[in-house]
Amino acid sequence: MKNEFSRVEEKLFYGLAALGALVTAVGLGAALYMEHHGHVVTGMNNQIVWGLPHVFAIFLIVAASGVLNVASIGSVFGKAVYKPRAPLSGLLCIAMLAGGLAVIMLDLGRADRLVVAMTHFNPTSVFGWNVILYPGMFGIVAVYMWTLMERRMYPWSKPVSVAAFIWRLLLTTGTGSIFGFLVARQAYQSAVLAPMFIIMSFAWGLAVFMVVQKVMYGWNDLALHPDIRKRMKNLLAIFVAAVFYFVAVYHLTNFYFAKQVAFERFILVDGGIFPLLFWGGWLLAGTVLPLLLIFVPGLAAMRGSVTAASLLVIVGAFCQLYVFIIGGEAFPLEIFPGMTVSSSFFDGRIDHYAPSLPEFLLGLGGIGIAFTMTVVGVRVLRFLPKDDLAKLGAAGSLSD
Amino acid sequence: MSAPENKRRAFLAAVGAVAVAPGISLIAPSQAGTAASSAVRFGMLVDTTKCSPGCDACVKACAAENGLVEPIADLRQGSQWIRKIDLVDTATGRQHSLPMMCQHCAKPPCVDVCPTGASFKRADGIVLVDRHICIGCRYCMMACPYKARSFVHQPLTTQNPEVPRGLGCVEACTFCVQRTDRGLAPACADACPQGAMLFGDLNDPQSAIAKRLKEVATTQVRADLKLGTGVRYQGI
Amino acid sequence: MARVLTLLASLVLALPFQVHAGEVAKPAVKIENPDTQCVAPAEEMRRNHMEVLQHQRNRTLRLGERGAKVSLNGCIECHASKTNGSVIGGKDNFCEACHAYAAVKLDCWDCHQPKAGYKAAAVAQPSGENK
Ligand code: SF4
Repeated sequence: MKNEFSRVEEKLFYGLAALGALVTAVGLGAALYMEHHGHVVTGMNNQIVWGLPHVFAIFLIVAASGVLNVASIGSVFGKAVYKPRAPLSGLLCIAMLAGGLAVIMLDLGRADRLVVAMTHFNPTSVFGWNVILYPGMFGIVAVYMWTLMERRMYPWSKPVSVAAFIWRLLLTTGTGSIFGFLVARQAYQSAVLAPMFIIMSFAWGLAVFMVVQKVMYGWNDLALHPDIRKRMKNLLAIFVAAVFYFVAVYHLTNFYFAKQVAFERFILVDGGIFPLLFWGGWLLAGTVLPLLLIFVPGLAAMRGSVTAASLLVIVGAFCQLYVFIIGGEAFPLEIFPGMTVSSSFFDGRIDHYAPSLPEFLLGLGGIGIAFTMTVVGVRVLRFLPKDDLAKLGAAGSLSD
Repeated sequence: MSAPENKRRAFLAAVGAVAVAPGISLIAPSQAGTAASSAVRFGMLVDTTKCSPGCDACVKACAAENGLVEPIADLRQGSQWIRKIDLVDTATGRQHSLPMMCQHCAKPPCVDVCPTGASFKRADGIVLVDRHICIGCRYCMMACPYKARSFVHQPLTTQNPEVPRGLGCVEACTFCVQRTDRGLAPACADACPQGAMLFGDLNDPQSAIAKRLKEVATTQVRADLKLGTGVRYQGI
Repeated sequence: MARVLTLLASLVLALPFQVHAGEVAKPAVKIENPDTQCVAPAEEMRRNHMEVLQHQRNRTLRLGERGAKVSLNGCIECHASKTNGSVIGGKDNFCEACHAYAAVKLDCWDCHQPKAGYKAAAVAQPSGENK
């Protein structure tokens, strides 16, 4: 019986790994295709300069930083329930960071100049900082995982986890600031963006973690202890609500202080796909429904409600990023305030963006990379969160 | 390159700029081995009251000089180093037409954000892209308030020898460096039938442009951003 | 272990050269203007042209120095083939002859015009449309 199971399981594992590799390969192929023909084969242009690949990449990078939150809560803040989850959280962090960075790199106009990006450094560029922040993140998380999995290194686990925690906040601040420093564009010049990205990373990262954890438990025929499940879903709800708060502040400040009324109208009311994704995708599917699934007793009792809520949060995240990145670019620059403008270069006109297949596949390839790394990592090393329930119960960690 | 040479070139620029006629040397040509001087700050004054709405002589001249001739299916993906913008004041209905290009800021946001330092400002204030180290991230395009930069979306074969440009890199108006280094004004300024574009050294009080800036009211576009544009407009 | 790996890797890498060393003919570099003198002796150019070019590219582009003895366009004017007017395009063209042999990617001509005396013609860009 046992043998039978492990045979099936083995097949399944290779199947999943092959699937991940395939998606990755298709993504790489798409990148090569774009590299060869140039960005004419994408829907990106001189107005919408960052497109769908960046939506995928920024989701992966932001969520990568957030998923490490699970480990931080365990090590930095000493919550016992989260401790066994730290290794998995580190693995997911590295995997998603790799996927996101690969997409950003492969979308470059000159992806062949990766070495240039590494050797030429402009200290005033937020992008430039990130060139240091991202590899640093890899390094710190790798060391952190080592301290978690190697008995001799246990004493180092705490200080390293604090370093990882701080580095992670810097990294998300850096990602948010990529946009926050863009004074030229109505959508982005806001100080709220850096904290907003941090809180988004918490929500998205935890959502990803919950989904992966669920799959792993299912795979091993285990069930998450209801109390732990309850704690984690409550935390997710708090993060989702906090994101809601920040997004509301962002749009309200745009309305009342920055007087970006025309832009807000575009995003929230008459911008076609963007209001749709904002209200339907982010607010309804990505915020309200997950909260209902978590808190309404009837719904919360249903099987899979937490997983469904997590998946919806991820869907909402993509919608939110699409509105933020593409919507923010589609709205014309206000070069001459108080004047209506027209030109051969589409000044004053709202741009329409139609992503092409290669750029979608490239973005998907990033997820493929993260997925493959996770599947292989989970298989090779011990990442399954194992709860010592007796100990947790005795320490009162389950009920507090 | 030594300091005296530097001064000499700046001086020649000052003298040259006095005798102004279209197509004739406005500024001193670069001597062999002489670098651009930080004593000079190149700039341009556009008189929008002279600029006529239907005219695009400057745009055509730019395309010919800089080899911006490749056909492109979707114009939004094509390069435009200079473009004509038609403006209507929403309050008064007053109409303007003007050429828009890289404003060659004193504090260019594109240079600040460029991760590799490919976006840079020459000593004489001309903002350029070093395509040898541009990685094509387009962050500079996100940062530019004037939509002055274009990304090359397709392979090129029709570059002019003096104006290298190619796939996957970002580009913009260069004030025709290949001309200014020879002492000529940019192609657009030369081509304008109305003489609406005056090019010269803002730092030199004797230059035609500096004198005019002293006399008439001029505007920097998006002056609220305090970028110190090298291109100024008169009449908007 | 690491040493064994390095050894293996270098063997694998060296393999094609050993096998093909005798087969691939040395590139025949055609000098289009034999009576003229290059900016430096051929031997030096053969070894150092990339450094010379890189040095000059930075001086021209970053500092705005013009009129130096070394210039990429100068190279093209002298070395472009009389058949297709270019320094690239086939095994007989000056740059490509060696670079194909040495399998070193040529990056210059993505942006620089490889043809001598080239002038871009015909403004295809419609301007003023799409208002
Ligand atoms: S596209 Fe090129 S010039 Fe612009 S910011 Fe990126 S590397 Fe710099």
